Amino acid sequence: MPDDLRAHAATFGLTPQEFDAVVHKVGRQPNALEAAMFGALWSEHCGYKNSKPLLRKLPTAGPQVIQGPGENAGVVDIGEGWAVAFKMESHNHPSAVEPVQGAATGVGGILRDIFAMGARPFATLNALRFGELGEERNRYLLSGVVHGIAMYGNAIGVPTVGGEVEVNPCFAENPLVNVMALGLLRHDALQKGTVGLPGNRLFYVGSKTGRDGLGGAVFASADLSGSSSSDRPAVQVGDPFMEKLLLEACLEAYAAGLVAGVQDMGAAGLTSSVGEMAHRAGFGVDFHVDKVPTREDGMTPLEILLSESQERMVVSAAPGREAELLALLARWELDAVEVATVAEHGRFKVFERGELKADIPVAALNEPPEYVREGVEDPRVSAARGRDLGDLPDVADPGAALLALLASPTVASKRPIYRQFDHQVMTNTVVVPGAADAAVLRVKGTDLGVAATVDCNSRYVYLDPELGAAHAVAEAARNLSCVGALPLAVTDNLNFGNPTNPGVYYQLERAVAGLARACLALDTPVTGGNVSLYNEYAAPEGRRAIHPTPTVGMVGVLRDVSRRATSGLKRRGDVVVLVGRTAGTLGASEYLYRLHGLEAGAPPPLDLVEEAKVQAVVRGLIADGLCDTAHDTSQGGLAVALAEMALAGSPAVLGLRVDLGAGASAAELLFGEAGARVVLALEEAAVAEALARCAAVGIPGKMIGTVDGRTFEVRAAGKTLTLGSEALRTAHEGTFGVALGVQSG
Amino acid sequence: MRVAIVTFPGSNCDADAVHAFGTVLGASVWTIWHSSDDLSRSGQAPDAVVIPGGFSYGDYLRCGALAAHSPVMGAVRAFADAGGPVIGICNGFQVLTEARLLPGQLARNAELEFRCQDVHLRVERADLPFTRLARVGQVLRLPIAHAEGRYYADAETLARLDGDGRVVFRYVDAAGERTAPANVNGSVDAIAGIVNERGNVLGMMPHPERAVEAQLGGGLEDGRVVLGSILCA
Repeated sequence: MPDDLRAHAATFGLTPQEFDAVVHKVGRQPNALEAAMFGALWSEHCGYKNSKPLLRKLPTAGPQVIQGPGENAGVVDIGEGWAVAFKMESHNHPSAVEPVQGAATGVGGILRDIFAMGARPFATLNALRFGELGEERNRYLLSGVVHGIAMYGNAIGVPTVGGEVEVNPCFAENPLVNVMALGLLRHDALQKGTVGLPGNRLFYVGSKTGRDGLGGAVFASADLSGSSSSDRPAVQVGDPFMEKLLLEACLEAYAAGLVAGVQDMGAAGLTSSVGEMAHRAGFGVDFHVDKVPTREDGMTPLEILLSESQERMVVSAAPGREAELLALLARWELDAVEVATVAEHGRFKVFERGELKADIPVAALNEPPEYVREGVEDPRVSAARGRDLGDLPDVADPGAALLALLASPTVASKRPIYRQFDHQVMTNTVVVPGAADAAVLRVKGTDLGVAATVDCNSRYVYLDPELGAAHAVAEAARNLSCVGALPLAVTDNLNFGNPTNPGVYYQLERAVAGLARACLALDTPVTGGNVSLYNEYAAPEGRRAIHPTPTVGMVGVLRDVSRRATSGLKRRGDVVVLVGRTAGTLGASEYLYRLHGLEAGAPPPLDLVEEAKVQAVVRGLIADGLCDTAHDTSQGGLAVALAEMALAGSPAVLGLRVDLGAGASAAELLFGEAGARVVLALEEAAVAEALARCAAVGIPGKMIGTVDGRTFEVRAAGKTLTLGSEALRTAHEGTFGVALGVQSG
Repeated sequence: MRVAIVTFPGSNCDADAVHAFGTVLGASVWTIWHSSDDLSRSGQAPDAVVIPGGFSYGDYLRCGALAAHSPVMGAVRAFADAGGPVIGICNGFQVLTEARLLPGQLARNAELEFRCQDVHLRVERADLPFTRLARVGQVLRLPIAHAEGRYYADAETLARLDGDGRVVFRYVDAAGERTAPANVNGSVDAIAGIVNERGNVLGMMPHPERAVEAQLGGGLEDGRVVLGSILCA
């Protein structure tokens, strides 16, 4: 009944027009299985049909890039024959429905992408966004997501080394769970997601296929609505033990030369992994669906081909080494079955007990339609950005304002979260969570260090998508520079609303333009990422998009990991030096949001040339051993940055005496936000050199105070803020301990 | 010194133990797969055996319960019966209690959550193969990373452990005092590590193998006291 199929195209995630395109490409009416395979691969999650024309604008090349977009993960050179594979991916919709398994399988999926590249996963980070923590459901989601990440990462034995949390009512219904993973490999160990050559045999390895996660790619690309809680079977269940076996077995098989190509089964399961591997190779496959190990009887070819059961890989065996591969996998007690043969014909042919069930061109499956839409800015956003902030009174009680900002979830200590993550397993973690702006891992047997961070200020992006996205890149690079690492490359996770909404498309288009501009300026090409659209929530006026959130994951390298910086103050008598401009602006600031309840004004201006210079000076001082204490100023401005440096003091909290001078309001000096700005603490003997280096490249640099005792004192525009270390600590530590219902011990 | 490190499917601190004992401390190390009943390599028996941390067999049943019945544990038992030093760290401690090589149980942490942080331990015995470089009362700083580390034993067992001086490490504060917050997982009597009657099988929840290089995040090196004691036999 082919005519009926078109009427039911939406069942497969296709529009009637897309269905017609399928008919055209296949040259006949597809059957239901074929239509479903197209629907899955043409979903936004797999096919990027709304975002691909925009993503082409991102810079992707550079001498440091070994593998750019299009593979399971990007790969960058870090020197001495070593490389880092890295990628970020979202599990937003699954986490909204079932936070523990949703987040856990997010970790599992991104780790498979990393070891599919031939790399041993050696760290993960996460970027999490929830509604306000005063509401019980949001605390339930936070607690569940943290538990899920811990459950999977701790068990598989990959350290969770960093992350960020934002809280805003727009994320209540639709939280964001973005996980970034990094893996380490030798250059010559790189694997590809290819079927290899005709005649090669494809093996299915790992967990059996069940009905769980059926249609997940379509689910991820649909908006969450009232019926989502009945979508529970679309969320998969994670088995980190199985994945640990898969990981070790795969790495051993690569090393033995038994593998011609490999890919994990992620969204759209076997259809996407086999389809993409065949497409990269430019060949076809004869796939025998009845050979696939299933968890339950009576599964149809459609169910088997679209299942998103976790912990499964497709391996193309090196020709002639099949028996060795099977023996190796058997030793790891893994299910491994030959399911397909690579063929010249360029088609994805599915057989069930010898009977042809689907026969479609591999190329067509992998070439979804692309949509270029017309973006128009939502007038509510332009009005909020243009709001005159001149009528705001200056801050009356700077001390109270600082304590309120330190308790704000965006700023507050994440210790109650990260102490649930094993951040030390594998014994590479040189800079632990909470100690600095980025995590740092050593590379055993070398002097190299790898730094990583995830960043996005979604309020900036909401109020100005282009500028806000550029800020996300600049801040990520600044975070890496503040530990002493040279930023190398980016993976991005674009979390947006429904792209058919012109206001959302405008955000997407402008944000990608901002990413492109900043990545070019800071020489950090984009090597891959993930697009998550249809993130929205019910508002009184109808469905409304989340704050646009292009999360930036960035990787950097330290040539000598012993030359690094952390943010905590270390010695009394050190001089506090500000590199960059003193006063920030209050538009889009955390101060405005937490103290005045306003999401308004323009984000701070961003001079990327100055940004690059500031970061280069900071990196140089760290690399030359002149500085071991550096911190970037982000949400909450200089006052928050200084308080964080005092609180992270080692071995104990140290005080500061700082004078920010005049020339702007106290609120702007203390809490104004800005790019291209870093606070350093230096031994006195290094100060002149630091200031000279700033002057030499024409960036502002000045002494603003000293590290001194236990009192925290900051003067600005004639006002003095004085607080004791206990008051600072209580404000900073309490928020997430309370939200997670545990003592902050 | 030769050190054999047992690897179960799901062990994830075996490579860390290889690095700490081998690369850092210079011992000759090898791993033994769980299905083997022979701890030796190239005909040479090990001088010490390590049961590392991780999630053996996924720990979907009680932690360590399946591992306790694997073939390699027969060999470990024989090695221990012959007086060879065996150290079980974290999941390794759980395996040793499940194998009844050590008494008691490791239950879910009092706060019911995984904890990864540094803790202080007081050394209660300094005459064992695992502590001979320490002194009684010395406070060590080591990391923990576990969700099931709350030591439990019945009153009779506890009295015997105490009477025989078989508690090796207790959770304390930086000054060496037992306090409620310092007892991070709520263990009975703040017990962090015990030995068998003969004193040659140690189980401990904290990770000494993660604390042998000051370069790492915690800046801790007190793990050298434990690992170094084993190696200086």
